[in-house]
This record gives sequence, structure tokens and C-alpha cells, in this order.
Amino acid sequence: MRETTERALDVCRSHGATYADIRIVRRENQNITVKNGIVQTLSLDDDFGFGVRVIADGAWGFASSNQLTGAEIDRVAAQAVTIARASATANDSKVELGPPEVHVDSYKTPVHIDPFDVSLEDKIDVLIAADKEARAVKGLALAQGSMGFLRETKTFASSEGSYIEQTLVESGLGITVRAVADGEMQQRSYPNSFGRHQGTGGYEIIQKWDLPGNARRAAEEAVALLSAPQCPSKTTTLILDGPQLALQVHESCGHPIELDRVYGTEAAFAGTSFLTPDKYGTFRYGSDVVNLVADAVTPTGLGTYGYDDEGVPGQTTDIVKNGMFVGYLTSRETASQLRKTHPNAPARSNGTMRADGWNRVPIVRMNNVSLMPGEPSLDELIADTDDGIYMLTNKSWSIDDKRLNFQFGTEMAYEIKNGKLGQMVKNATYTGITPKFWGGCDAVCNTDHWNVWGTTNCGKGQPGQTAHTGHGTAPARFRNVQVGLLG
Amino acid sequence: MIGKARLKAIADTILSAANADQTEVLVNGQDLALTRFAANSIHQNVSETDVSVRVRSIVGKKIGVASSNDVSEQALKGLVRKAETVASFQQQNPEFRSLPEPLPVREVDAYSESTAGYSAEARAKGVRTILEQSRSHDMQASGAFSTGTEETMIANSLGVSAYHCGTMATVMTVIMGSNSAGYAADAAQDVSRLDPSDIARIAVDKAIRSKNPTPIDPGSYTVILESDAVATMMFYLGYLGLGAQSMQENRSFMSGRIGQKITGNNITIWDDGFDPRGIMFPFDYEGVPKQKVMLIEEGIARGVVYDTASAQREVGQVSTGHGLPAPNTMGPIPTSLFMKPGVATQEEMIASTKKGIWVTRFHYVNPVHPVKAILTGMTRDGTFLIEDGKITRPLKNLRFTQSILEAFSHAEMLGRDLKMIKMGFGGFATCAPAAKINGFTFTGTTEF
Repeated sequence: MRETTERALDVCRSHGATYADIRIVRRENQNITVKNGIVQTLSLDDDFGFGVRVIADGAWGFASSNQLTGAEIDRVAAQAVTIARASATANDSKVELGPPEVHVDSYKTPVHIDPFDVSLEDKIDVLIAADKEARAVKGLALAQGSMGFLRETKTFASSEGSYIEQTLVESGLGITVRAVADGEMQQRSYPNSFGRHQGTGGYEIIQKWDLPGNARRAAEEAVALLSAPQCPSKTTTLILDGPQLALQVHESCGHPIELDRVYGTEAAFAGTSFLTPDKYGTFRYGSDVVNLVADAVTPTGLGTYGYDDEGVPGQTTDIVKNGMFVGYLTSRETASQLRKTHPNAPARSNGTMRADGWNRVPIVRMNNVSLMPGEPSLDELIADTDDGIYMLTNKSWSIDDKRLNFQFGTEMAYEIKNGKLGQMVKNATYTGITPKFWGGCDAVCNTDHWNVWGTTNCGKGQPGQTAHTGHGTAPARFRNVQVGLLG
Repeated sequence: MIGKARLKAIADTILSAANADQTEVLVNGQDLALTRFAANSIHQNVSETDVSVRVRSIVGKKIGVASSNDVSEQALKGLVRKAETVASFQQQNPEFRSLPEPLPVREVDAYSESTAGYSAEARAKGVRTILEQSRSHDMQASGAFSTGTEETMIANSLGVSAYHCGTMATVMTVIMGSNSAGYAADAAQDVSRLDPSDIARIAVDKAIRSKNPTPIDPGSYTVILESDAVATMMFYLGYLGLGAQSMQENRSFMSGRIGQKITGNNITIWDDGFDPRGIMFPFDYEGVPKQKVMLIEEGIARGVVYDTASAQREVGQVSTGHGLPAPNTMGPIPTSLFMKPGVATQEEMIASTKKGIWVTRFHYVNPVHPVKAILTGMTRDGTFLIEDGKITRPLKNLRFTQSILEAFSHAEMLGRDLKMIKMGFGGFATCAPAAKINGFTFTGTTEF
């Protein structure tokens, strides 16, 4: 493969590129869906190609193709330089990448059981067993279970001398069950919504979550929700479970700390960020118990990798420390830009540039952005709450384009009265403004409840890119939250 | 552009190598480019050439799907074997009857040579026009200018053979002041019909007018929604409930309500893949020709769109040509929505409004209660207060939580012009007028 990458880089240099990198990427996906006892989806998808990214005349260009032949490499590499030169005609300033990154290395996701070695029959059997358990519950309208497996093999080489080979493996599973009656539809999901929970690792992830053993309870909850009262509308104390809190972290912390967003590169599409550089190191994001960390190293995290897609090692970065905002997710370019106004900021990228395949440019993406655990158990937290709502598993989500005003809905909720869980309520929603909400966080549960949840549908960029991100969370408590807008 | 002959040769290779009882092949060729700009500079500028092949093999009632973008003859034959192997591992799907039989497909001219041949230099020139206007007002421009060609070939072992080639160009920008923003966008099959200068002028004007926004309390207001905002609501209406499977699974607001009134009399919505005002696409991803489908007529629920599987669940029903690529668990959805325009100009809508809110577009919209078609989302890039028939001041952005059906039951006026809004995926587009809607519910505010 080195011969191929060198050819592309040589063409870029010969056409005048001052920097070039090439990524050659193969993705193999296996997806299985069982819906009401019938295998609806059984698909194997293979996608392969290469992308060349260059700087010429101080501006970026990128071209890509699915044909890895010598002639096509020459064409695409030259085209990338032509595109960069076109970019330069509109720009007043030149791209600065900061110090060079030179790494010759390889990385493989630790895998105990290769999911592509497990037979399709075994996987289908698990989904059918879960489906049977769920549909044994009277009143259930729909059960849909799924598994997904990904193997991504990628080679990165740069004109600075890097040559990195990586193999990333992901495994995911989930079941969503629905009950329908009289214009009302209620659903429960396990282990998480959005179709499934996913992590880096092998089939051991599937075995750990025991889908058949949890499907019946999910179905019973969905049916019970149909006759549950509406979530009340009031300002109260809110406890969120891990999966809902994972999305809360994703939307209200993960996105606003993307430094490319902060500098406006997503302004017309995904939006910008309220965490502007003047707040770097000085802004109180949340209460003292709020500690957020971004890393690419947590085992099984969906944002765990060896190197990002501009060849920077995966690493760990403090984002919020004891409530204070202290770190961004950066690229080489944005890290350099931040240093101009904040000389004490790190000189190097913290390695979060990722591309959705060979035909997309890398952009700043969340790796594993996690809320660090605290001390109480969930039982202790509930026992310590006089009046409130406990909400579980995301159902709807929306947040403004600076990541301040959010509104979430959850699949299920319970009232909390005098330190005990009360009645189940349906159609629960809550809303808030990000720093005020995190400022009201007064407790995070302990490591026994902490898990890295996988989000497989994070959208950003034009052309559109979907990223896989991880979020470690344990249940946490928030004071004075507006809940129940539909009440 | 790869061309019909090459795509057909790929499809023929697949079908001639197939041993399954029935086989379907979808070949998609793409030659796309996008120039993205932010902070008054081009920061991403990309191009992509790809051909992907998706094979659906049916053995008895067992279905397997495999896809790849390796189009060498050896790889294509291997892909067929893979799909058939996958099918052999399957269980019988008792619902499956057959892939669609061939029907005559009307060809449409959706190709523009000027769009297909548009260069990176030409896109950069268009972007420069926008950046110059932004810089001259001491503002920051961001956005994207895209051009591309997409080819689709669908064939099956029953004789379906359909090919379509279309081009599309889009320009969109958000121009920002220190505390304001303005949005404008346009899309066309022929790039020469787009005017980046005019798009920039509209966005700059809105950014100037939205300087120093002030808050307003949430509550129920009359709103005047620009076409972009109406199109977003229509898209979700289609996604949530205008497909047959959502109705069959009782998760649609249409379930049990065909023939009943669900919106105001002035709301008529249909799907039409042949109307040149939208993105023309003559068949679906099963190769079935698209029918014009009346969905809501003068407020009455009339019908939903079907693919082959959902049609086969109902006696006498046929596919309306709205199938998505296999495998597909969500069922068919409308892809070319139109709302019948009214007669009002935007000026007339404003002049007739005692107190209301002007909305340029929505951001991050998602369903809160799918069966009731309740959505939530934010306003962005130009929100204004209307008082006594005039726009009086810019507003900080608001969160709405609102049933689309209720909103469309209180549409006092509809704009006389239809605008085509590209919905971001393949040939999906929505053609919508502006709308004046009474009693629209805002449930929250934000700080900008």
C-alpha cells in the first residue's frame, strides 16, 4: 500500500501542494433487523475508496474516488490540487497546520470475539428470541430488534511522513417495542433508543447486553405507558438515566466544544457555539460536580481509536473541570488558530478529526465525551430527592444552533415523591438553557452506574457526514428544571 | 458522468450471474462537488466520484441484500453470490410475494450540461460574489455551493429496467453580523439559473435587519412562515404519516382518517415526481414509475404513498412508486411533495397582521409526538416581530412545540409563489408556499 500512497503524495507535490494526505478506506457493514418475528433486513455492505486532501496556494482541496488504480490516483491527486487553487482565489488568509505530525504506527480495536466470525444464524437466533419475549406481552403492536457490525480498515499517509494503518471494529444491538391505542403510541428501547447501542469491540458486546433477557420488561413498560398519566408540567427536580444523559452531554456539551464550530465553519448548517474563545478557561459551564472529559481511549467507547483522520494520536482532554470550561475538541488547524489568541492553549491538536468514509474530509468530531462519575448510588440519589421526576431513554431531541436552548423528550418517566419512585408518567419532556441546566446539577451517580453509551447518528458537515460517538454517563440530578411541556 | 450504457452493463452482469428465484439490482453513479465557505473563506472544497451496486436476491421467500462499490466483473459476480448466500441464511418472509413487474417508465429531461461540467473555479467565482458582499458590510459569510450529477439504474429479473440521470445545483448562505444572521438559498437543475449575487443580497439584507434582536415572551402568535419553514413541516408530515406502512402500523395521523378532515380547507398536498417545479425523478428505488398521489385535498385526508410491499398488504392496491432502497424497514415515504399555493404576496400577509412573528426558517426540528404530528424546533437566521401590519423589530430566536396538523388547520393565507426546497437526500424536494398561520405555539426562548 505504501507504493500507492507515495504515488498519490508525489503527484500532489509535483502539482505544487505544500501539504498532502491520502486515506484509503474500506468499510464492511453487516446489518440484521427482525421485525415482529420476520427477518426484515439481512445485508452485507462493502464500501472502498480513497480521498486525497491537499493544501495548495494556502488553501484546502479534496478529491476522492472509488477506483484505486494508478491512473485514477493521478487524476484525483491532481484534481485535489486544482480544487485547492480554486479555493485560494476566494481567500484572504492561508491555512496554518501548526507543528508537523509524524507517526508510523498501527492500531487495532481489541476484539475478543470477531463479530464477522459469528454465524448469521446465531445472530438471528438472538434477535428472534428477543422478539418472542417482547411479543409475548399482550397489547404490544410492534417489536423491532437489530444488530449491526462494522469493520473499518484504513491507511493514512501524509507528505510529512506519517504512515498509519488502523482496523476499527464495532458491534451493536438493540430492540425497540411499541404499543399503540387511540391515537397514542408508546415505545421502549433496550439498551438504548435510536435503534441500538453500539461500541468498539467484538461480539462480546452482544453477549453482555442480553437482549432476550430484557425484551419482555421493555414490552411490559411500553404497554403500561399507554394507560399512564401525562407527565405533569412544572418546575421541579429532574433525575436523568444514563442513556438520556448521554444525549444531553452530546448535544449541550459535545457539539459546542467542537472548535471548528466555534470558529464558524458549520455556521450555515449545524450552527455555531455559545462557548466562544473568550470563555476558554474562564467560563463556569456547570456546578462543581460537573467534570467532563473527551477521550479516544476508553475501552468499548464508540469514539475510541488509535489515530484521528489527520494522523494525530487519540488522547484524553479535560473539557469541564469542577464546573469550569477548560478544553475544546480540536484539529491541527483550529488548535493553531486558538494559540493566536490564547498562547497557553496546547500547540497540538487533541486528535478529533474524523471523516465519514473515504469520500469525505475529516472534520472535528466528538470521540468519547463523558460526564465523570460521582459518589451516590441511584437508590441513594432517589432517596435523597423529596419531589421530582426520573426520566429514562431519549425519544425526541432538539437544540438551538448555538447549543443553548434544548428540549428533550424521553420514552418513560416516574414521579419521585418523598425519596421514592412514584407512578409512571408518559410523554415526558424537559427544557432548559445549557449553562443554567448544568449549573443546577448537584449529584452524579457512581462508577457502578457509569457506562459508555454509543451514538451512531451524529450528523454534521456538507456533504452530510454521520459520526459514531461515545458518551460515558451515570444518572445525575438537576434542580429547578421545567418539565412536561405537553402537560 | 458514467452513462446509461455502463450502468446497464453493470446491471446486466449482475442479472446474468444470478441464480436466485428473483433478483433486483440498483446501480447508483455519482459525480458530485461542493465548495463550502465560512468566516468569509473557502474552508472545504470537495469532489467525489463513485458507483455503488446494491443487489436484492430472493430465494423462495428468503431475501438477502448485499452492496459494494467495486464494479469489476469479478467483484460483481462475487456480489451476487454474497446476496444469495445471505438469502440462504434467511428465514422465510411470509409477507413477500414478488418484486415488481415491469411498467412503462416515462423519461424526463433532468440533466443540464452546464451543471454537470461546472468547475471548481466557477464555483469559487460564485462564492467570491457572496464573500465580497459580506465583507463590504463587515459581516461573515458561510454556506455551500454544490453541483453534481446522479445516475440511477434499476433492473430486476422480471424485466424492470429503468434509468434516470439528473443534475442539481444548490447555493445557500448564512451571513452573520455580530449579533444577527440572514439566510438565503436557491436550487436548480441548471446551475446557470442560480444567482449567487442575488442570494447574497437577500441574506445580507436580512442580516442587517436582524441586528440587535430583542426577546419576546413565548406564547401563541400569528406567524408568517417563509417557504423553507413550511417545507420543513411538510417534510415531517410526509415522514411521520403519509406513507402506507406508517398507516398500516397505526403510527400515522392518517390511520383510520381517510376521507376525514385533518387540516383547513385551503390545504392541498400531493406528491408528483414529474412536476418540473420540483426535482423530477420518474421512478422509485424498485423501478416502479411514480404516480401523482393526492394526499390531502382541501383539508380532507385522501391517501398515502405505497411501495411494493405495503401495496401487497392491501387488496387491489398497487405501488405508487415510492419505494426506498432495500433493505427498508420504515416503508415508503413521499419524495416530491407539493402544497397548492394561495394568492397572497408576502407584503399582503404582513399588512394583514396586527401582531405576529416572521420566521425565515427552522433549525433542528424533531417529532415530539409522532401520532399527533407534534414537532419541536427553533427559529433561526432572521426572526422578526410584526405589529400593525409592519415589521417593527428583530427578535431573539424562539422554540416552537406545535402540531403540524393544527397549524395547517389555521393557515389564514398562503403565498402565491411555490419555492422548491431541496431536502438533503437524493432526489427529495418539497415545493412550498409561504404561509400565514394563526395560533402557532412558541414554548421557549434563547439568548440570541
